[in-house]
Amino acid sequence: MNGAHDLGGMHGMGPITPEPDEPVFHNDWERRVFALTLAAGALGRWNIDMSRFAREQMPGPEYLNTTYYEHWLFGLERLLVEKSLLEPAEIQAGRARAVTPGLPNVLLAEDVARVLQKGASARRTDSPPPRFRPGDQVVARNLNPAGHTRLPRYARGRRGVVERDHGVFVFPDSNAMERGENPQHCYSVRFTLRDLWGPHASARDSVHIDLWDDHLEPA
Amino acid sequence: MNTHDHDHDHDGPGPHGAPLTEIQLRVKALESLLVDKGLVDPAALDTLIDTYETKVGPHNGARVVARAWSDPAFKQRLLENGSAAIAEFGFTGRQGEDILVVENTPGVHNLVVCTLCSCYPWPVLGLPPVWYKSAPYRSRAVLDPRGVLREFGIELPEEVEIRVWDSTAELRYLVLPERPAGTEGMTEEELAGLVTRDAMIGVANAKAPAKDM
Repeated sequence: MNGAHDLGGMHGMGPITPEPDEPVFHNDWERRVFALTLAAGALGRWNIDMSRFAREQMPGPEYLNTTYYEHWLFGLERLLVEKSLLEPAEIQAGRARAVTPGLPNVLLAEDVARVLQKGASARRTDSPPPRFRPGDQVVARNLNPAGHTRLPRYARGRRGVVERDHGVFVFPDSNAMERGENPQHCYSVRFTLRDLWGPHASARDSVHIDLWDDHLEPA
Repeated sequence: MNTHDHDHDHDGPGPHGAPLTEIQLRVKALESLLVDKGLVDPAALDTLIDTYETKVGPHNGARVVARAWSDPAFKQRLLENGSAAIAEFGFTGRQGEDILVVENTPGVHNLVVCTLCSCYPWPVLGLPPVWYKSAPYRSRAVLDPRGVLREFGIELPEEVEIRVWDSTAELRYLVLPERPAGTEGMTEEELAGLVTRDAMIGVANAKAPAKDM
């Protein structure tokens, strides 16, 4: 979706403001939102691409005027309701209407370290043939789906060169929409700053974007 | 844009008896709901928080970089297969399943961003700082990387090539900064002390050694 989250190339967002000795969390509710998101994710009712898409659906003006963990809270509440784990009325009231028996795969404290260290790679062993090889000239498609995509707006329609084939990965654009993993090759594609931003940009500098077969066409 | 909580409204009600803010109430209510329904284990929440607040952080990545500076065979493994070489330290898993290490050289400077969200190599750097997740950096890192680096105090000569890595997939990027001059003979542990989080994102260089070393 062409949402406020797709920020690459925008002006006017203000100065970058690093905070010296920044703490990991700035207040306790951020800690809790972070942990609730990971713990609820472990229930297995949604995937990481659905999580990203849920956050992207925060209305644009609100997205730009709220903090990072407010985006996470918005996404978490949305997924919990979408997957019928909570009713909107329960969130409104802050009280459970009925205490359900719980789910079998609740993340327990003793399993946290093992689960985090294991991770969940999006790499797949399926072997669809790659459509491109390193060195191939490509154009990023001009796609504007209302759903989730990892093809940023600033690359659409731009020419680049495939620099590396990362192998086969889950395709987020379909996985986020619950249309299956659709595994396919993902590539590091090099776009010169000049191809992205015009003749006044540096010809030497470049942006590498990770894109999948379905994002690209031969140039 | 308001992405920075400068007021640091820690736990409420605090010692000054401040009432809970709307968001604090909303999060407390959500947590109670999920616990009541048996969907989360409160002890697991504490363990998750403790992991990323006290255990996993940029000190992990600093050890990886220091070894790459000290051990050419390790550096080669690291550049060929980042995740596998990093796993030699036991740093694995969530948001670091597939890590690529990009090397700064006298002619090339690398810079990592995630324009679409906040992708970041957790096992080696921990959770990202607010500026990395915020609109000003995400918007301009790909548009004007030289200007962004200048904002961080790095002025690169025109002949140095900048490569920006936009983390749009599940690959995670770690910058291997250049080893500073005057560090010959330093131990890995001493070298690790020169490697900052910002140097591994690419918005800083590694620190110079203290003069008396």
